[in-house]
Amino acid sequence: MSATTERSITVTINGTTYEREVEARKLLIHFVRDDLDLTGSHIGCDTGNCGACSLIVDGTLVKSCMMLAVQADGATIESVEGLADGDELNKLQQAFREHHALQCGYCTPGMLMSATALLRSNPHPSDDEIKKALQGNICRCTGYWNIFEAVKAASE
Amino acid sequence: MTSSTTITPEQTEQAQETWSGQNVPRKEDRRLVQGQGVFVDDVKRHGMGYLHFVRSPYAHAHITSIDVSAAEEHPAVYGTLTGEEVAALTDPFFQLASVPGANVKDYALAVGKVRYVGEPIVAVVAETREAARDASELVEVEYEPLDAITDARHAQDDGVPTIHEDAGGNLMWHGTYEWGDLDAAFAEADKVVKIDELHFHRFNSTPLECDGALVEYNRGMGQWTITTNNQFPGFAIIMMGPAMKVGLDKLRFVTQDIGGGFGNKITSHPQLVACCLLARKLNRPVQWTEWRTDFHLSMSHGNERWFHETEVAVKDDGTLLGFRTKALDDAGAYLRYEPLGGVIWAQVTPGMYKWKNIRVDFTQVATNKAPVSPNRGYSRMQHLWFTERMIDIVAHELDLDPVEVRKRNYIRVEDMPYTTPNGCVYDSGDYAKMLDIALDLVDYPSLEARRADAKSRGKLLGLGIGSTLDSGTNNFGQSRMINPELQFSGNNEVATVKLDIFGEIVVTLGTTPQGQGHETTAAQVVADILKCSVDDVFVRAGHDSYWNSHAGFSGTYASQFAVTGLSAVKGATEMLRDEIFKLAGAVFGGVPAEALELADGGVRIKESPEAFLPFMACGAIINANNAGLPEDLGVTLNCRYVYRPPFEVPDVEKKYGNLTLTYATQIHAAVIEVDPETGSYEIVDYAAVDDCGKRINPQIVEGQVMGATAQALGAATHEQFVYDEDGNLLTPNFYDYHVPHALDMPPLQTGSVESPSPFTPLGTKGMGEGGGAGIHAVCSAVQDALRNHGGALVYDSCNPYHRVWEMLNDPSTGARVEVTG
Repeated sequence: MSATTERSITVTINGTTYEREVEARKLLIHFVRDDLDLTGSHIGCDTGNCGACSLIVDGTLVKSCMMLAVQADGATIESVEGLADGDELNKLQQAFREHHALQCGYCTPGMLMSATALLRSNPHPSDDEIKKALQGNICRCTGYWNIFEAVKAASE
Repeated sequence: MTSSTTITPEQTEQAQETWSGQNVPRKEDRRLVQGQGVFVDDVKRHGMGYLHFVRSPYAHAHITSIDVSAAEEHPAVYGTLTGEEVAALTDPFFQLASVPGANVKDYALAVGKVRYVGEPIVAVVAETREAARDASELVEVEYEPLDAITDARHAQDDGVPTIHEDAGGNLMWHGTYEWGDLDAAFAEADKVVKIDELHFHRFNSTPLECDGALVEYNRGMGQWTITTNNQFPGFAIIMMGPAMKVGLDKLRFVTQDIGGGFGNKITSHPQLVACCLLARKLNRPVQWTEWRTDFHLSMSHGNERWFHETEVAVKDDGTLLGFRTKALDDAGAYLRYEPLGGVIWAQVTPGMYKWKNIRVDFTQVATNKAPVSPNRGYSRMQHLWFTERMIDIVAHELDLDPVEVRKRNYIRVEDMPYTTPNGCVYDSGDYAKMLDIALDLVDYPSLEARRADAKSRGKLLGLGIGSTLDSGTNNFGQSRMINPELQFSGNNEVATVKLDIFGEIVVTLGTTPQGQGHETTAAQVVADILKCSVDDVFVRAGHDSYWNSHAGFSGTYASQFAVTGLSAVKGATEMLRDEIFKLAGAVFGGVPAEALELADGGVRIKESPEAFLPFMACGAIINANNAGLPEDLGVTLNCRYVYRPPFEVPDVEKKYGNLTLTYATQIHAAVIEVDPETGSYEIVDYAAVDDCGKRINPQIVEGQVMGATAQALGAATHEQFVYDEDGNLLTPNFYDYHVPHALDMPPLQTGSVESPSPFTPLGTKGMGEGGGAGIHAVCSAVQDALRNHGGALVYDSCNPYHRVWEMLNDPSTGARVEVTG
């Protein structure tokens, strides 16, 4: 019941390396949010459906509620906090703003990470490819239409 | 790729260079796209404990014992709270209902009995989220299970268990509404269309961020700071203060960013009280973040409603004379905001139609399901769906064109402002034009050709229409219709605008936005009045009751910001402008206000513009360099304005009066193709046409239209809170409760008409709750597709594929209808 096996892990997030003791059962998203205070990535479900916690771990898009922090030991991670260059929004962030692709902004960090992963592997996706790439991210505010527009614009 | 096309609205004013009316990019976005928003779960305090609720596994049971000792002994646990302690420390929440609902006793935690699966029984606070969850499993609760009632239609049958003994049965509220002359209408009718039963299903908007709070107790001041995503602090505070036996100023509400609300975050007050009691008991900050499953089990389901024994009086040509029905509302286990749903629907009594004779017998009952609370389109959506259902069923039965029946009966543009049979005043709108635009966008003239083409591919094509009257800015006097003892009426909202020492323009709002872009639209209104840039206007994010920029009805709910919030902003900014003139007049040596004007971030004399005082100088003079100013100047450059819409108290006896100030309008049209082999269907064309009066930021308006549409399509096709007969929720998370994903979205075209409201300072109307139109548009399209394939009449607001397949194979599974006369 109170299994509190702790492990020491090292991760590099957005270029900064963190070394922490972490409970073996702690989810990566809780580690990132609660232990490292990187609260840009969010939690919207208990079941891996919503994608609000999406991170890029060693180049692969991951729902970080579906992964334990200890599994990320040694990994290089990218989160929403690393997208902008200082105060300069990147092209995708700018496109989200211009196309009103966010309302409450809660799903946005995860949506941006999914779109980032898409555009890296496929710089000029078709409409269907954009939809497929975002199908793991739930947005309850926008109906997705403006998000599709933003990703499309960022790919051009 | 989204086929999002906006038809240019009518230009009702001459083009002018204003910030209002422009697609100004949102101020909020810069932080949100960088993950720099501050949502409730992002806030941390030293030494805080994490709260987890132990929840009922039974829908209905006596609690015979609770033992928290093992949990308390867990090394990471800070403490617990039980219903017994809650009952000793607090009074039951004030009930809005008259008797019998008034007798319901509702506390922060279950006391003696549980009434739905997921009801909080014990709260456990521990050092970590994980430990709090672990320790919750150490709490031992013994139950004596009781039979559950989950079908509202049987809640008042003989022999069914009583959920609230204090209320003497499961009836919570009943009232009869009748306007016009029903007997005369039915005598005049050529036909009477009788609909046995219609059902509006239970779902909600499932904001992606669940409820939460971080509560701190200041022992020396006896005061709590509640950082939360509750979207209606004005309501929460009047529920919590009396229950906790403290003054309202002891409950400081703070929010910044909220991850969606849609009405579903109005009734978290029981959980907030549990947090407050624990913060005091444990002398440490208490953090509560609801898990997704907790949210589905216990928070704010939308009102499930039946319509029984409906009769529609109609002439042979389709002229609608009146209707009568018995509405039955399922409130769930507690009346958290209910029975307000029993009157809110009356804001839109006739829908968009001219029928004058209407009788609604309204009953609300309790069941062993999660409590209902407002959900985007609250209570009006159910009723508007019902009115549109009647239209399509009448058209079908009388073999009339549903488009023609609508146009024949729509309230016309020349009838505006239109007084409804129950005294509401529809401010403006052109429904027939909106329908034409919607039909045009889905290429209505080619419908029959496309139907034939679909048929050649083995598909059944259907066109459907739905509408929403998004009534906004409530007259809270309507609450007296469900309880004449209530002392609420009218509405209000607050804004403050000040000029700080270095000339910064700072705006505070009373609202709690959840993505509606209030910082941006408020800045647009301010910039137009002060003749400056929106970039010069700083609008504080979120809400803090210590800002003193709120009033009794402050919050973000019920389609009102564009009226109440922005009118308060306008009022406060005009006060500030006048004070700037007064100050500058004195500084310039007695120049009257009429001779002054604002320009370029300052004030100047019109005739000699070189006499210029920048805002920075104004702020500095008043705040830091004021020696020698006239004693009676009366200028603070810190202006607070309370906007109060012009309302009267409704006639409670006749249930007559103006219940809302504005009526934004939506008409949606859907074209679907059904596969008759499986009942699955695809939306192949979709149009949403909106009219919300003057649009301050059209892009934000369109975003609301899109979002409401998406929620409607989810609700119409998949989203349901389904219970088994034992009261177990079968859709407690996003695995089982399917919300729309990117691949589910059909092509969308949007259009707009702009009919400014004559009743509001800016010509605006509150908007954002237009989704109900989409729910009916899908129902209507399904019915049209099935017209020549069994002719089933759509009975339910949710039509997943299996239900369509059932209707195709057995049309009697649809609505049962009889026509007499």
